[in-house]
Amino acid sequence: MTSKLFDYAPAPESRAIVDIRASYGLFIGGEFVDPIDGEPFKTINPASEEVLAEVSDAGQADVDRAVAAARTAFTQTWSRMPGRERAKYLFRIARIIQERARELAILESLDNGKPIKESRDVDLPLVAAHFFYYAGWADKLKYSGYGETPIGVAAQVIPWNFPLLMLSWKIAPALACGNTVVLKPAETTPLTALAFAEICQQAELPPGVVNIVTGAGNTGRMLVEHHYVDKIAFTGSTEVGKAIARSVAGTKKRLTLELGGKAANIVFDDAPIDQAIEGIVSGIFFNQGHVCCAGSRLLVQESVADDVLERLRRRMSTLRLGDPLDKNTDIGAINSAAQLQKIRELSQIGEDEGAQRWSAECALPDRGYWFPPTVFTGVTQAHRIAREEIFGPVLSVLTFRTPDEAIEKANNTPYGLSAGVWTDKGSRILSMANRLRAGVVWANTFNKFDPTSPFGGYKESGFGREGGRHGLEGYLR
Amino acid sequence: MTLTTSPARSSAIPSNVAGSDASLRGFLHGLPGVDQVGAEARAASLATRSIKTEAKRWAIDTAISMIDLTTLEGQDTAGKVKSLCAKAIRPDPTDASCPRVAAICVYPDLVATAKAHLGDSGVKVASVATNFPSGRAAMPVKLADVRTAVADGADEIDMVIDRGAFLSGHYLQVYDEIVQVKAACGDAHLKVILETGELATYDNVRRASWLAMLAGGDFIKTSTGKVSPAATLPVTLVMLEAVRDFRETTGRQVGVKPAGGIRTTKDAVRNLVLVNETVGDDWLSPDWFRIGASSLLNDLLLQRHKMATGHYDGPDYVTID
Amino acid sequence: MSETGSDVGESTRLSVRKTYKLFIGGAFPRSESGRSYVVNDASGNFLANAALASRKDVRDAVVAARAAVKKWSGATAYNRGQVLYRVAEMLEGRREQFIAEVAASEGVSASVAESSTDAAIDRWVWYAGWSDKIAQVVGSSNPVAGPFFDFSLPEPTGVVAIIAPQNSSLLGLVSVISPVIATGNTVVVIASEQRPLPAVTLTEVLATSDLPGGVVNVLTGKVSELAPWLASHLDVNGIDLSCAPPEQAVDLERAAAENLKRVLKPDHASEPDWNADPGLARLTAFLETKTVWHPIGV
Repeated sequence: MTSKLFDYAPAPESRAIVDIRASYGLFIGGEFVDPIDGEPFKTINPASEEVLAEVSDAGQADVDRAVAAARTAFTQTWSRMPGRERAKYLFRIARIIQERARELAILESLDNGKPIKESRDVDLPLVAAHFFYYAGWADKLKYSGYGETPIGVAAQVIPWNFPLLMLSWKIAPALACGNTVVLKPAETTPLTALAFAEICQQAELPPGVVNIVTGAGNTGRMLVEHHYVDKIAFTGSTEVGKAIARSVAGTKKRLTLELGGKAANIVFDDAPIDQAIEGIVSGIFFNQGHVCCAGSRLLVQESVADDVLERLRRRMSTLRLGDPLDKNTDIGAINSAAQLQKIRELSQIGEDEGAQRWSAECALPDRGYWFPPTVFTGVTQAHRIAREEIFGPVLSVLTFRTPDEAIEKANNTPYGLSAGVWTDKGSRILSMANRLRAGVVWANTFNKFDPTSPFGGYKESGFGREGGRHGLEGYLR
Repeated sequence: MTLTTSPARSSAIPSNVAGSDASLRGFLHGLPGVDQVGAEARAASLATRSIKTEAKRWAIDTAISMIDLTTLEGQDTAGKVKSLCAKAIRPDPTDASCPRVAAICVYPDLVATAKAHLGDSGVKVASVATNFPSGRAAMPVKLADVRTAVADGADEIDMVIDRGAFLSGHYLQVYDEIVQVKAACGDAHLKVILETGELATYDNVRRASWLAMLAGGDFIKTSTGKVSPAATLPVTLVMLEAVRDFRETTGRQVGVKPAGGIRTTKDAVRNLVLVNETVGDDWLSPDWFRIGASSLLNDLLLQRHKMATGHYDGPDYVTID
Repeated sequence: MSETGSDVGESTRLSVRKTYKLFIGGAFPRSESGRSYVVNDASGNFLANAALASRKDVRDAVVAARAAVKKWSGATAYNRGQVLYRVAEMLEGRREQFIAEVAASEGVSASVAESSTDAAIDRWVWYAGWSDKIAQVVGSSNPVAGPFFDFSLPEPTGVVAIIAPQNSSLLGLVSVISPVIATGNTVVVIASEQRPLPAVTLTEVLATSDLPGGVVNVLTGKVSELAPWLASHLDVNGIDLSCAPPEQAVDLERAAAENLKRVLKPDHASEPDWNADPGLARLTAFLETKTVWHPIGV
């Protein structure tokens, strides 16, 4: 959508401060090493399909030595170190992240496709804050309520939607509690994790405390199934989460899972309407909808449905889709061809099942993976697009008449990660919050995150919490 | 691009809405609430728009053309007004391509002076009135204030609402006063100053905006500039949403004027972004959006110079008024 | 004495001596009384003249502390933590200066001064990390027997007066100041009477650390002259008497009762072991608890 009068000129963020190597090894034992039995693969910029770098696919031998390095560092160095010293390493890391924040944000946008405005203003500040917050717990574990003893070596597998942020959610609490880690970033977004490895070196973190093994699904499987891993933390699809849960059966491995969602964003007739529209938009179009807790189902009270939808469409028409490195871009690229395919398929299914489809008018660039913000109306619980996670900028709209009906529909899903409630009435907010089977309830806001605030799901959205004091539980005995 | 698409829904406002305090209250308090955190976040997010090169050039020139160049001091004299008028007509003596401002804004007793010096330049004369800035005077006094300004040739009248009446719920009184002032304006356009800094909540800003529009105001204006906070971005956002919704509902378009606290080019550009993404092209002209300011003009000129020459200027290179 | 003093040998360069002033509202004024007093090292040698604060300085410091409350307690806990962590960075930068000043003030060896300086920096870091966690440890959601959402939150009490330890000139000082401001209070501190110099150097660190003016105010001088004015001041909300000189403590506690200040009681034993785990007491001593109820219903 372009204005006739006030056309914002291109405002590109310069790539000049980012130094991407041609190829990366694995980060094991404090150094970048060549893989033993892994093959290289490429990571691309999804906005342009340009190859950014070559990365290693870690094989079994690589995973073995990474776990060994983590175990050695755990028993000999890290678990013995007083908490106040561990704290200071984490503070150093937090500071370096702040110092290099712009560079990391650009790198994240290049590798992931998300707008620079998001990586600069949302992702990076949260990443630094996460490390600061957990740094401060390292020497206060006796007040945690969960004991003071670390578990051991943590295998951590993270998704591609918030690469560096998911890394911080995993590594910061693990290290604060005295564990060491082997982390596998997503196959399509390894670069900020590899930059983080450099930051560990700059902070002089003892070798082996953090190990980064890049690779695809297979590497992740080898890592979580490894005998000498004591704890697994996984964020990703529910399907893979279930496979991991099966694989730890009979073992002593501790497990936390943060999986998919199909959150209901519930708008009542007395909602503060302009802010509710912002909340709907942010709920599903922020990060191109690649958010596990996305408000992907709009449940709007029937009496105001037409008005809400009209305002929503009007607001969507001001969303700017395009070059992620343009500072004015609101909607970036879809992370991969595979994900784009999935979004297209499910959208087609939505149409086939009879829902009405509307997309904001957007000029899509020729190269890269793009999908315009899209709304399906006339959706019911029986539609697949109301039940299945699309993980894209696609909103399904359903209606309700009463609070009870809203609750029933909101809870009628195997998922339970998050929910939104929009109303001016305080007691109703609390009543809804009480009855929603979701790990995070946002009232009159959406997609808000903070390192002090525990995040995680009910039901098939996973178990365990990340953030806050509760986030320590998964990393302590 | 137009951001209001529906046909007018005039049935949404009952015809006797202004029959009593109670009916006005029922209507105004039935408008959707404004969540403070959400509104401020939206304004802050729009403030991160990066406006460069051609877009910035356009925005600077547009902002200049929207300025109500203002002097409202006890110490104003004919000489001061004369010099302000000259600046208004020709903001940059070194560059004839620089647009003139929209209007001069002065106290009522200086309207005639302003009129004489502006001639047929196209710059309008706006006069504050109704015992600006406090509005605390008997109604006949306030109306006389308006009439003398209009008689002396004011094209626009910037009135203040009675905030005391508003805050104590006497909505009908506020409404009636606006109606009477509008009548006294004759052909002059009426801007209604809400003094948002005294209204304190965004809910009140929304309600006062609607009240002013229902009563016939041509423009709603944030502030007198004598009270802080004046025109903040979230307040202007809420007012833009109000005029958008009002046109949706009644078919009538009302203008918006933020005034006070807009000192830098950055502030002005941010306001234009708000207009652009809330109400769109239909409001992006001096007929529908004005900026009440004094020192802003020179900052815009400095930025204009920088865009033309490529280097930073200083205060010696723009005129004082 | 000073870090650049000419010592053994033929150095002919004269050092530029520091002037030790008060720290009020982010600025470094002399005492309005114009007075100073001699500060000696532990062996009785002259170290410096320090400002001898008066009751009017106390009055000004309380005004400055009160003015700073809104912004400091209104800052996010994260922001306070960031500022305090920055203070720790600045402390670390002046580590050598502090070691020398502590050694001279307390008459301890360099290695003892070093370990207490390092402990002071780590103590400050410890408290910086509490800012955004204390609410999670002492706050609660309360399961009342009715359809109400009920939660209890800690809030800072306001302006707190602190009588700093007489002996531990840096570690003890840091241990009494940082927990109180981490939670959003502002403070007026009476430094150790005989060993005030590290406190003044600390204020120089604070002034360069993004800490808003007035959050910490430090007065040097006679405890017996200054403390009663703080203890009786009705615009002071809390007072730390745990290190008050025993002969003054009871009267101060009585004076504090006039507006029911929150009192951290005098401990008539000698100074605590500053190396021990401080626990939560100094954090919670100057926190109020606010409990909020809201119905749950449609």
